[in-house]
Amino acid sequence: MIPRYQTVLFFLLLAASILMGTILWQLRNREHQHLLQGEQSTPTQAPQVAPAEQATLMVANDADDSLVTRALSLPLPQSPNARARAILDKLLDLYATADASHPVPGGASPTSPIDQVFLLPVRTAGIAARRAAGKNPQSESELAVVNLAGAFAANHPSGIETESLTVLSICATLHANFPRITEVHFLVDGQQRETLAGHADLTRTYLTSDVAVTRGAQP
Amino acid sequence: MQAPPAPTSRFVVVLDAAHGGDDSGGHSGSWNEKSVTLALSVRLRSLLEARGIAVVTTRESDTTVASEQRIEIADHANAQACLSLHASLSGSGIHLFASSLAPTEPAHFEPWRTAQSASITRSLALAGVLNSALLHAGMAVTLGRMALPVVDSLTCPALAVEVSPDRTSGESPVDSLNDPGYQAHLADALAAALLEWQAEEGHLGAGPS
Repeated sequence: MIPRYQTVLFFLLLAASILMGTILWQLRNREHQHLLQGEQSTPTQAPQVAPAEQATLMVANDADDSLVTRALSLPLPQSPNARARAILDKLLDLYATADASHPVPGGASPTSPIDQVFLLPVRTAGIAARRAAGKNPQSESELAVVNLAGAFAANHPSGIETESLTVLSICATLHANFPRITEVHFLVDGQQRETLAGHADLTRTYLTSDVAVTRGAQP
Repeated sequence: MQAPPAPTSRFVVVLDAAHGGDDSGGHSGSWNEKSVTLALSVRLRSLLEARGIAVVTTRESDTTVASEQRIEIADHANAQACLSLHASLSGSGIHLFASSLAPTEPAHFEPWRTAQSASITRSLALAGVLNSALLHAGMAVTLGRMALPVVDSLTCPALAVEVSPDRTSGESPVDSLNDPGYQAHLADALAAALLEWQAEEGHLGAGPS
């Protein structure tokens, strides 16, 4: 026979354990949310103290299926990744305006349409040869990984032309401002996705050299 | 729809009505891309069959067809032209897209994801024929090249044909795309282009047996 005081003590300890577990779970969730909000609030707008610099945007035009060069003066951060993100944010901001030549309402979301841009050296097979030749073994080419926000992709108009113009204008804009970028790969919310909005292939890596040739090309 | 392999001596056209079933494609309110592509496919099939051209379609109703299944149907048909039909509320007129793959020499085995590279030269020639016919029909046409998941895997001369609203009609984009007259005009122009392509490919009078 278990004494009554032990039974009461057991249930008290059990209740305390459940209460502490619940509190810990809530604290964990709160910290996780803080972490996510911190990522989302990574500044994309350069601080106004940064000097204005020239940036080149390759703006898509639905009327003739072309990319139009547009030079802008923008305050840009020094970090290449943040710089690339700021330039792409400006490009997609243009697409969200009422009189845009390539309307993409997704660019008007309250959070940035671009979550991150990572610039990575392109892996090449000739590293040993470059080292033997006394050159920097790292390739001079760079791969840009553009992580689009899910809200931007979800609100992007569907269609081959509109999706391809968005993808190609991002590739061309990156190459225009960072000539070392030769390849661009897209993610959506950090994950690989088959298409942007049902048509443009996001599983492949785009070559910036192809973009210059294919836009406006007449078969 | 699975069609039996066609003999290579026949002139065969594959019509792929994009999306379908669970995949609506582009949509806005009651408008669905999958309905427009199916309507255009059915209309164009009738016109081509009436002209003695064998047609293989990837779907005849509102059913889900996986990309791999579409590719298998088209590649088994040994077709001389494959058109992937799309519709979009963006832009205007007709957009013709060929694969952006670089051309390669035909090989006995082609990589699945880049099989179109061996046929890209003929695809570009087909785009030229369609472009001329559509312009002749008074339609606005834009040409482009792009990585397209289904088209990149086709071994036949292949194009994606995207129908966008006729902005000169004064209709709303949805009304323009749903307009039977607009669809019939486009189908007529595409049928005329494919007849010309048949002649260029040397299949004059080689109708279905």
